[in-house]
Amino acid sequence: MSDTVSQDEGGDQRRHADTAPGDEFGQEDIGAGLRGYSIGLGLAALLTVASFVVLRTQLVWAPAIPLALIVFAIAQMGVHLVFFLHITTGPDNTNNVMALAFGVLIVVLVVGGSVWIMGNMNRNMMPMGPTAPMESGMPGH
Amino acid sequence: MSDATANAPIALRPRPDPNHLGHTGNREGSRAPGRGTGGPAPKRIVVGYGFWVFILSDIIMFAALFAAYAVLRGGTADGPSGRDIFDLDTVAIETGCLLLSSFVCGLATLALSARRALLFQAAMAGTFLLGAGFLALEMREFAGLLARGDGPDRSAFLSSFFTLVGCHGLHVAAGLLWLLTMMAQVLTKGFRADILRRTMCFALFWHALDIIWVAVFTIVYLMGVL
Repeated sequence: MSDTVSQDEGGDQRRHADTAPGDEFGQEDIGAGLRGYSIGLGLAALLTVASFVVLRTQLVWAPAIPLALIVFAIAQMGVHLVFFLHITTGPDNTNNVMALAFGVLIVVLVVGGSVWIMGNMNRNMMPMGPTAPMESGMPGH
Repeated sequence: MSDATANAPIALRPRPDPNHLGHTGNREGSRAPGRGTGGPAPKRIVVGYGFWVFILSDIIMFAALFAAYAVLRGGTADGPSGRDIFDLDTVAIETGCLLLSSFVCGLATLALSARRALLFQAAMAGTFLLGAGFLALEMREFAGLLARGDGPDRSAFLSSFFTLVGCHGLHVAAGLLWLLTMMAQVLTKGFRADILRRTMCFALFWHALDIIWVAVFTIVYLMGVL
C-alpha cells in the first residue's frame, strides 16, 4: 500500500504504474517535457499550414482536396493525442487507448451512418418542393 | 512455486502471464495496478481516466453535431452558403490562437509538475489570453452574420453551423472560467494533490477542445469553401 501512496508524489515509482492521459509523471525537469510539446506544436502547425496551402493553391488535384484535408486533420488529431495528451502504445496506457478506440468507433458509426443513410434518402426519395403539401408526400407516378 | 502459493485458493494465486501481455520486457512483473494485482490505482490515475471517459463522451456529442452539419450543409434555402460567409483569414488566426494556447497550457502543466508557481501562473495567463482572443474572433464572426440577417433561423445550413461552432465556443468559454478558477486555487491553496488533479483535468479538457477545433476548421470552414 505504501508504494501506491507515494506514487501520488510522482517520481521513479511511476515507471511501472498506469498513467492517466495528460499526466506528466511528476517530473521535476521542465526541459524534457518541453521538447515533447515543442515537437507537437511544430508538427501541428505544419499540418495546419498544409491544410490551408492545399486549399488555396493548385498543388493538389482539385477533386482530391477534400481527401487531403481529411488526411491532414486526422494526422493533426494524432499529433495532439500523442504530444499533448500523451496517449502512447505503452502498457501503462492500455486503458486510455481502449477507451479512445471505443470513442472512435462510436464517432465513426454516428457520423458515417448519418451521412450514408441521409445520402441514400436524398438520392432515392422524390424531390419535394417547398410548396408540396405533406399529405402528398407518398411516392406518386 | 512455494508451498504457500501452491496451497492457496485459486483466486488468491498470482495470475500467470506467460506471454507478458502488457508487460514490455518487464520480467520481474509489472506493479501496474488495475489488472487485479498490485492494489487499487492511485486516485490521480482514477480521476484522470474518468475525465478521459467524459471527454470521449463529449467528443461523441460533437460527432452528432458534425453528422447534423454534414447532412444539412446543402440546405441553404436560397440563403448564403459556406463559400459566401466564411472568412478563411479569421479562421487561420483563430486556429493559431487555439493551437498556441494548447501549447502554452502544456507549459503550465510542466510548470505545475516542477512546482514552479510563477511560471505556472504566467503560462495559464497566456493560455487565457489566447483562448479569449479565439473567442473574441468567433463572437465577431457570429455578430457579423447576425447583423446581416444570416442568423441560425435563416436556413438549415446556418442552424447546424451555429449549433456546432457555437457549442465549441461555449466549451471554450467554460474552459476559460475553469482556467481562472485553477489559477486562483493554485494561488490560494498551493500544490495540493486535489488541486493538481483538477489542473490535470483542465489541461485534458483544453487539449481536447483543440482536437475538436481541428475537425471544425477542416470540415466546416475549409471544406465549406470548396
